Amino acid sequence: MNGPPLERNPDQAELVRLLEALLFASDRPLSVERIREVLDDEVSVKEIRLACGVLRAEYDRLDRAFELTEVAGGFQFRTRAEYGPLVARLRQTAPLRLSKAALESLSIVAYKQPVLRAELERLRGVDCGGVIKALLERGLVRILGRENLPGRPLTYGTTRHFLEVFELKSLDDLPSLEEISLADRLERIETGQAGLFDAQPGPAPRPKEPDPGEDEEPDETDLLND
Amino acid sequence: MEEAPVQVKLPVFEGPLDLLLHLIHKNEVDIYDIPVHTITQQYLEYLDLMKALNIEVAGEFLVMAATLIQIKSKMLLPAQESDQEEEDPRMELALPLLEYLRFKEAAQWLEGRPWLERDVFSRGENDDVAPQGQEERPLFNLSLFDLIDAFREVMDRAAQIQEMTVPLETVSLNDRIAELMDLFRTEVNLRFTELFDPRSGLSAVIVTFLAILELARLGFIQIFQEAAFSPIRLASRPEAFVVAEDPGEPDLAAPLGEPL
Repeated sequence: MNGPPLERNPDQAELVRLLEALLFASDRPLSVERIREVLDDEVSVKEIRLACGVLRAEYDRLDRAFELTEVAGGFQFRTRAEYGPLVARLRQTAPLRLSKAALESLSIVAYKQPVLRAELERLRGVDCGGVIKALLERGLVRILGRENLPGRPLTYGTTRHFLEVFELKSLDDLPSLEEISLADRLERIETGQAGLFDAQPGPAPRPKEPDPGEDEEPDETDLLND
Repeated sequence: MEEAPVQVKLPVFEGPLDLLLHLIHKNEVDIYDIPVHTITQQYLEYLDLMKALNIEVAGEFLVMAATLIQIKSKMLLPAQESDQEEEDPRMELALPLLEYLRFKEAAQWLEGRPWLERDVFSRGENDDVAPQGQEERPLFNLSLFDLIDAFREVMDRAAQIQEMTVPLETVSLNDRIAELMDLFRTEVNLRFTELFDPRSGLSAVIVTFLAILELARLGFIQIFQEAAFSPIRLASRPEAFVVAEDPGEPDLAAPLGEPL
């Protein structure tokens, strides 16, 4: 494994080790695109995804305290939730906490983006200025742009950091509101638009730079057309 | 022993929708079949209670009260004879409630996810978004309030740790400044929060904060932020150290007074 930087056409076992090295050394989710770049484009996206799957399975089999997760369009080693309280002791920063109001607003932004503050307030029935500010500060929500309405109000959407925090591969990873809700309550709602984003098994992630302020596509999340 | 004050427990509702959901739940009624009379009455009673307790009733609550009364009055009107099927006026209430409920449930779903930096952790401290190209350091205008905010975070953490031991030796400001000087001689760049050990007690935290301010004032370090809301960092200014090193230890002691 010493030798020259990269051998041509590494076999799969070696590719898995290369990935392991990159993922181990990275503190941010690594996208397949980025991995490919680092590997001088010698390996196809498909091979990398496959190798990631192998690596994940190997760690699962070993039953270690951390696992390879697919998150925010990339892969990242994360500790298992049962060791959260332990690792939290090690951390200097206070664990993330969000108020009920913040979580509600965040879920509305996630599902309805790009969303106006006015819409948020209509849905929640209360002023949301403070909550939006808090979510912006935590980097979970960002300003997407301005709506062509009187006063050119700002529209909001979720950030890449949002995906990272809630361990989502992409926005498509959010279950539909119907899936979340109690079935008996929802049977009666006639939106006729259920299941717009049923889980898709491992779509190739969009090429994304590990850049926190980056665009996600806030689309097809609008389940609640009035 | 103090006398225990009389406690009034009043659930706090985020807004009128929250309150309505609570009443609907309490009365075990169907959202599609809201007994408007009962709910309106209870809703208004709740508002009265809030007023009686001197709780400011937000405008939204009053708007909802008006809506409820309006719906109630619509219900009293005889159904008009027309071809069109008259829509149940209560839908005006039910639909927003259902929509709100869905997002409440979505919020619960998010709550149940394995949160990064709460339940699961990646390698390295995650609040520290590694700045790319560190040489070119865009200085962000950091206000005193940002610094105080950061300090308050540290204080909060210090307050969370309940230690029963009373530390007998307190660190003097001068000692702490000297310690930090030593540190910055080798470390070029540190996170603000790194310098604090909440376990060392409140006074040590305060002394550290003062020491940081003093070092910044004397020009040994620079306090900066890469971007809005990114962690506050401290960078040493090696040139200052060189000057100060010349005549031996800098004479910091004089203006700084005695240990806290």
